[in-house]
Amino acid sequence: MVDRTGTPLVELRDISIAFGGVQAVDGVSLDLWPGEVVGLLGHNGAGKSTLIKILSGAYRMDSGEIRIDGQPADIRSPADARRHNIETIYQTLALADNLDAPANLFLGRELTTPLGFLDDARMEAETRRIMARLNPNFRKIKDPVSALSGGQRQSVAIARAVYFNARILIMDEPTAALGVHETKMVADLIQELKAQGLGIFLISHDTREMMALCDRVSVMKNGQLVGTERVEDVTEDDILSMIILGKNPKAAA
Amino acid sequence: MTDASLAPAKPRQGLRALELDLRLLGMIGAFVLIAVAFHLASDGRFITPRNLFNLTIQTASVAIMATGMVFVIVTRHIDLSVGSVLATCSAVMAMTQTLVVPDWLGLGLGHPATAWIAIAAGIATGALIGAFHGWLIGYLTIPAFIVTLGGLLIWRNVAWYLTDGQTIGPLDETFQLFGGINGTLGETGSWVLGGLAALAVVWALWSARRGKMAHDFPVKPLWAEIAVGAAAIGAILGFVALLNAYTIPSRVLARRFEARGEVMPEGLVQGYGVPISVVLLIAVAIVMTVIARRTRFGRYIFATGGNPDAAELSGIDTRWLTVKIFALLGVLCAISAIVASARLTNHSNDIGVLDELRVIAAAVIGGTALKGGVGTIYGAIIGALIMQSLQSGMAMVGVDAPLQNIVVGGVLVLAVWIDIVYRKRAGA
Repeated sequence: MVDRTGTPLVELRDISIAFGGVQAVDGVSLDLWPGEVVGLLGHNGAGKSTLIKILSGAYRMDSGEIRIDGQPADIRSPADARRHNIETIYQTLALADNLDAPANLFLGRELTTPLGFLDDARMEAETRRIMARLNPNFRKIKDPVSALSGGQRQSVAIARAVYFNARILIMDEPTAALGVHETKMVADLIQELKAQGLGIFLISHDTREMMALCDRVSVMKNGQLVGTERVEDVTEDDILSMIILGKNPKAAA
Repeated sequence: MTDASLAPAKPRQGLRALELDLRLLGMIGAFVLIAVAFHLASDGRFITPRNLFNLTIQTASVAIMATGMVFVIVTRHIDLSVGSVLATCSAVMAMTQTLVVPDWLGLGLGHPATAWIAIAAGIATGALIGAFHGWLIGYLTIPAFIVTLGGLLIWRNVAWYLTDGQTIGPLDETFQLFGGINGTLGETGSWVLGGLAALAVVWALWSARRGKMAHDFPVKPLWAEIAVGAAAIGAILGFVALLNAYTIPSRVLARRFEARGEVMPEGLVQGYGVPISVVLLIAVAIVMTVIARRTRFGRYIFATGGNPDAAELSGIDTRWLTVKIFALLGVLCAISAIVASARLTNHSNDIGVLDELRVIAAAVIGGTALKGGVGTIYGAIIGALIMQSLQSGMAMVGVDAPLQNIVVGGVLVLAVWIDIVYRKRAGA
């Protein structure tokens, strides 16, 4: 069970952001404890991805506050997010297709020799080491990642998060591009990372998958938070009605 | 490595063990084919020390800029202004030599510092113009096509305005050393350079091999390393021998001895050796290749070209990167301006006209993909060499000027088509 007595790993308070006249995220508050998986559900355009991109530094919020370990965190860029050990795995598989796996894994944080040149041999060795643990079938270390399957590409993205000791992991539809077997692999990995005490925000459209993987689910609609519930307290139907009607059946009851 | 790590790939056997770069071989093959064809068509005048010497000094200016164009095209931009930026840099340097240093600074003509002050002014000009273009493109998000199309007009006419459209010359004598025939290393100097380059090849191969072995990665069989090294060293020394074989006419040599107050020994024969402009090109090529392959800056250029969003999400400041890339190309335009104006011994109003097209064509023929993410420095240089050989070869054979340009245009389109087919076959 997740221990929710201490300080939350992440607290999002009254987060708002607007694009033009559209209030994409409107006063949303969420929290995340160590070793917890919180699922974000909602229609396309509900504001899930936007909210999560604020935490990962891709967007800057208009108002609100982010706290990490109870301390206010100023996240203005992806680099800031990384400094707070926040790693993001995007649904669009944010890899540079023309580069190989080590180059992608270390992108933005390359290992260098004492003279400041790239240490490709060491990056390759480190990649082989971590891939042996995460995905032992991974062989195409030196090929551009465009030559890899969806699952292999996703394992590169996940390896990036694991290698750099992420404490907060954001996964935006990590299984959307994957086959059955590869989806299972990612699910196993989520369980393993959770056991290691990482906090994970997971975005997906698959309600059943979310019920299986998450400790709590939060539903968003039209930029607002409909509600956050522990998965053992709700049924799949409850969640579906929250997504569709935008009302929390428990709150209404 | 731990037990859990992946099994290393099996070492390759036979010819494959050489791990040759097919694309590089293809381009060298195309160059050799062109050279042989013109040699036959011109009754044996193409593959001669004299012609190949001229070919290298004619190629240098476009090739230097083409290495920078590779980075620009790799990041999915384009620069149409390089010929005009070259003209502005050339104009600034010419005015510095003929007006600023002798008159404004009062140092007079022929001061030993003149050339270096001019070069510093030219490089600063190129860097500033490039950085300004990069800022407009990166921070104000104006498309590179438009910024540099404007630049094409603006800098061409800034050069005109600075010089009142006059030809400015003759340029400083030290400055002229960078032009080609007026500045070469001589036979001994060229052999020393060739020897150093050969040692560098050995060191590079050895340290790469040692690096791989340190991490238990598979390495080529020793004979393959030696074969590749021997081929590279053979090519370097052959190149030096070729340029040394182009001998200085005895009248020119006699004049040089006279200038030093000496008498030329009877029957003395001396080769030109490697031109300083070519040394400059080689230095640029090495620095640019190291940037592309061994630095974060280079890695970010290719990552941004492959997937700009991924690069940004990885914390790469792509806007600042754009400024740096265009500033670098600006500096290379200035270096090309040194070579081009020194070769002509003056600054003329039409210097660098249409160079933007030659430079882009060189990069593209050399395998730089316009969709971004792919390109090599050596490819761009060989691309420039192929273009220049076509041009000079046709002139030598006596093809009419309009037909020459028609052929060059056709070759550009053909080269890109071959490249597309090659990539599809290679699955990359």
